[in-house]
Amino acid sequence: MPSPAPIIEFERVTFQYAASEGHALDDVSLTIGEGEYVALMGLNGAGKTTLELCINGIIPNMVMGDLAGTIGVAGLDPTETPVREMAKTVGMVFDNPEFQMSQMTVAEEVALGLENLGVPFDEMRARIAEALATVDLVGFDDRMPLALSGGQQQRLAIAAVLAMRPRILVMDEPTSNLDPIGKQEVFAIAERLNRENGMTVVMAEHEVEVMARFADRVIVLDHGRIVANGTPREVFSGIETLQRIGLRPPQATELAVALRSRYGAWRGELPVTTEEAVDALEATMIGTAR
Amino acid sequence: MTATQAPPVATEPRGDGSDAAGDGPSSVIVDDLTHVYSRGKVRALDHVSVRIKPGEIVGVVGQNGSGKTTLTKHLNGLLKPTEGRVTVAGIETTRRRVQELAAHVGYVFQNPNHQLFASSVEVDLGFGPRNLGLDPAEVAERVEAAIAFFGLESVRHLHPYRISFPMRKLVGIAAIYTMRPEIFVLDEPSTGQDHITTRKINELIRRLRSDGSTVICVSHDMQLMADVVDRVLVMWNGQLIADRTPREVFADREVMARTNLEPPQITEIALRLQARTGRPPALSVDELADAIGPTLRPVISGVS
Repeated sequence: MPSPAPIIEFERVTFQYAASEGHALDDVSLTIGEGEYVALMGLNGAGKTTLELCINGIIPNMVMGDLAGTIGVAGLDPTETPVREMAKTVGMVFDNPEFQMSQMTVAEEVALGLENLGVPFDEMRARIAEALATVDLVGFDDRMPLALSGGQQQRLAIAAVLAMRPRILVMDEPTSNLDPIGKQEVFAIAERLNRENGMTVVMAEHEVEVMARFADRVIVLDHGRIVANGTPREVFSGIETLQRIGLRPPQATELAVALRSRYGAWRGELPVTTEEAVDALEATMIGTAR
Repeated sequence: MTATQAPPVATEPRGDGSDAAGDGPSSVIVDDLTHVYSRGKVRALDHVSVRIKPGEIVGVVGQNGSGKTTLTKHLNGLLKPTEGRVTVAGIETTRRRVQELAAHVGYVFQNPNHQLFASSVEVDLGFGPRNLGLDPAEVAERVEAAIAFFGLESVRHLHPYRISFPMRKLVGIAAIYTMRPEIFVLDEPSTGQDHITTRKINELIRRLRSDGSTVICVSHDMQLMADVVDRVLVMWNGQLIADRTPREVFADREVMARTNLEPPQITEIALRLQARTGRPPALSVDELADAIGPTLRPVISGVS
């Protein structure tokens, strides 16, 4: 597969928050191609959120600190571009949807960003309808955002950024405050936007089994540095690196590693999903001659 | 074990096989509890009965709105039964005020920011016991014990907001620990935590139990259920639809589907291989590896 055109490029980016010690990002270089689904993983404090805030220019435009290196996002330099302008290219969704709700109705919530962009009224209505349809909130226009369930609120937060028609969706642990149904809904929408609309997705997330299933690429951060960057299988097969920084691979991978080290019973590539582990095991278990 | 349960079951509390104590003391008795929120006429709990013994670790799972929080709010008296009876640590909750129950039932919020407000970790840890009217020497002793138990030496003089979120989470539990409640209710102790912090919290929960405390974890985290919990209470639509071991609950496809819950990946793999292994589903990677390792041909070819 030819590699897609780069849409996010970091070159030797270092950032230190004002009045804090140490680098939140330390010499980070990366390239993300248009249409990729990239998972950012790492312990709390590893630099995932900081990296995301650099993509839409909140760092350094709204958060104080020292930034070095160069950042390019869809042909723009986020450090030099007004955050409002960046919002047309990069949509950002945070972990607590409640904090993103400010309006009395769902439709107004989606309209807010469009008003800031000066989108004409008729087009605004069309965009609101389209965005709400994308997140399965058709008919919710007049409902109160704060009366929605957590999962619905997070879908609304996604709709509000989608209405601005960004090319990149950046999500910061978007499901950490949701119940299982809400989690499934949000992951499904992110996947659909990526697969069907070709949207670039950057997702900071702790749920390693879910990311192994959805992400094209996993970038692992530790103390502000990139310590692994590759396909889920490449990254999660690097058991030593993961152990060193305190991440665990998917349980499917851990199982194969345990079978290999204890029973000499796994050769070749390691599985990262339920299906991969089950298929390989079924083909090899006693009494299952195929 | 995989036999599906008929929907809404009036669950007969059973002590998880560990009924050796016979009708020994229960730390929580919920007896035919119904709660109707007066304004909305919503029946949030519908004839729920459950019994929890001292030293048990019990999980409460279910989607938002299923009744989990309404149930736990009855344990510290924040809510009183519309019908039925709730007894905690031998006290019927309608007979005491919330403040009195707080000495027996410690409620740890999901977000420690909602709970911590003092100028330093140390002061926050002393707040609860001081509030219980204990003398300063006893308060100081409990604070020291909590700092040692939770490993908070390095942050004891810091403002709670100056320490990392995972550490703050531990302080949130420690601030309840100093009140020495018989029963801990932990609301989403592991949510949004990384692997390292989760492991630490799991270990703490086990240590609370070995101290004799009863621990009730309200959570969406099935891994937490697999790792530390003796019994899982599954709530659905205000009803308690299952009260069984994590292994039994995960294996019950009907209950899991109805409540939109998914078992941990390792349990899911074990369930899919069950027709061949004939074993109850594993809860950990080690357990499954050791169960199937010997049955494998010398080499698995890996992912094709």
